[in-house]
Amino acid sequence: MSARIVLQEADIARALTRISHEILESNRGTQNLVILGIPTRGVTLGRRIAANIARIEPGSDVFAGSLDVTMYRDDLSHTRTRTPGRTEVPASIDGATVVLVDDVLFSGRTIRAALDALNDIGRPRIVRLAALVDRGHRELPIRADFVGKNLPSALDERINVHVREVDGDEYVSIESARGEA
Amino acid sequence: MRHLLSTKDLRRDQAIELLDIAEDMAQVQGREVKKLPTLRGKTVVNLFFEDSTRTRISFEAAAKRLSADVINFSAKGSSVSKGESLKDTAQTLQAMGADGVVIRHSASGAPFTLATSGWISAGVVNAGDGMHEHPTQALLDAFTMRRRLHGAASRGKALDGVAVTIVGDILHSRVARSNVWLLATLGAEVTLVAPPTLLPVDTSTWPVQLEYDLDAAIDGLPDVIMMLRIQSERMNAAFFPTEREYARTWGLDDERLARLPADTIVMHPGPMNRGLEISAAAADSPQSTVREQVANGVSVRMAALYLLLAGEEGD
Repeated sequence: MSARIVLQEADIARALTRISHEILESNRGTQNLVILGIPTRGVTLGRRIAANIARIEPGSDVFAGSLDVTMYRDDLSHTRTRTPGRTEVPASIDGATVVLVDDVLFSGRTIRAALDALNDIGRPRIVRLAALVDRGHRELPIRADFVGKNLPSALDERINVHVREVDGDEYVSIESARGEA
Repeated sequence: MRHLLSTKDLRRDQAIELLDIAEDMAQVQGREVKKLPTLRGKTVVNLFFEDSTRTRISFEAAAKRLSADVINFSAKGSSVSKGESLKDTAQTLQAMGADGVVIRHSASGAPFTLATSGWISAGVVNAGDGMHEHPTQALLDAFTMRRRLHGAASRGKALDGVAVTIVGDILHSRVARSNVWLLATLGAEVTLVAPPTLLPVDTSTWPVQLEYDLDAAIDGLPDVIMMLRIQSERMNAAFFPTEREYARTWGLDDERLARLPADTIVMHPGPMNRGLEISAAAADSPQSTVREQVANGVSVRMAALYLLLAGEEGD
């Protein structure tokens, strides 16, 4: 197994800064903006995007929370029991523009679960999706609105996203099962 | 976790994980849509050989809020009254495709037998067996204590150093037994207060202090005082002279309530005998968590059903 680093810490920061600008551009400002990260690393990335937005538009107040999708997954009975993560949402998301943030967009099944979870919490006006890495291989008709990096990959390769707050170091790497990167 | 039969064999990290998941479930109870799709397509059977309202309804609500199908079975009016054995009843449930069985039985060990005999492949939850254990009650008590003590910062916390006094009919109480083991695992210091006739013969291996005088226990300023129900249906001998004498000596009356610190939590697993082990003023005071316990019961049972039934089979 060999891993090749595709994004360094500075690359991740630049990608998140660009995504933050794109979110502001598409929403025309910060009004009704709610950023919800999907545990675990999506939450960290979501908070960084919210911090970027606060820097770009001083005085704005963007809610940065989390949306756990464990209870809505379609593979619960095929895997070991997972410990759910936290859900932190505003009192109401009705009429809000919700931006879901995940580290890697792969099959799209996590996002499908997130949309179901959101549906039980309220009725946002718009739901958008930001992903640090889009690695392809979608199994559902879902696409990201904001992408840090498109990373075409083979199905048997692994994408590792490490963020400092969770893992102690920070990079995105691609790991090949066959031994060559 | 495959079954939940007793709190004695629950590890500290397992117990805390379950309580944390119950926090997530409690959050769902505050939403407009109180339902999760997690156990869709699974069948939970409530197998009640003994009377119960709150536990059965609580399990039923918990299973339904996780989108499971619920079948209620009570011994009255069933083939059990015609003499059907536990084994045959269990195999009927197996044939019907039960994924989870919640069982209450008057015989200690019935849930263990059901889980380990190989009669059924379903996950088994003990909802009270004889004078043995009632694990989900202890878990919801611990959950209630943790919420009162730590509020929104409860996640991940245990009950280290919390002084809990359990008062009353320890002898017949499965709630007390489950609480003793769970509270010890979570680091609480447990004191049992009871007339000597209502204590089990040998408590030397229990991680508890014994006290016979309720007033002395109250002077010890406990963080939590838990009053147990006098189980008159099991009072087949003279355990104490009269109910009035019991109430005077071991009941939480208005005078004793006033002597408790204002932040001591007053708990009762229900159903209450008002005026016997607990006065109406104590039961309805702001310190009382009786109604919270019922609400938290649904969240805790949702967490237990999730851990037992959501994952891969044979996990």
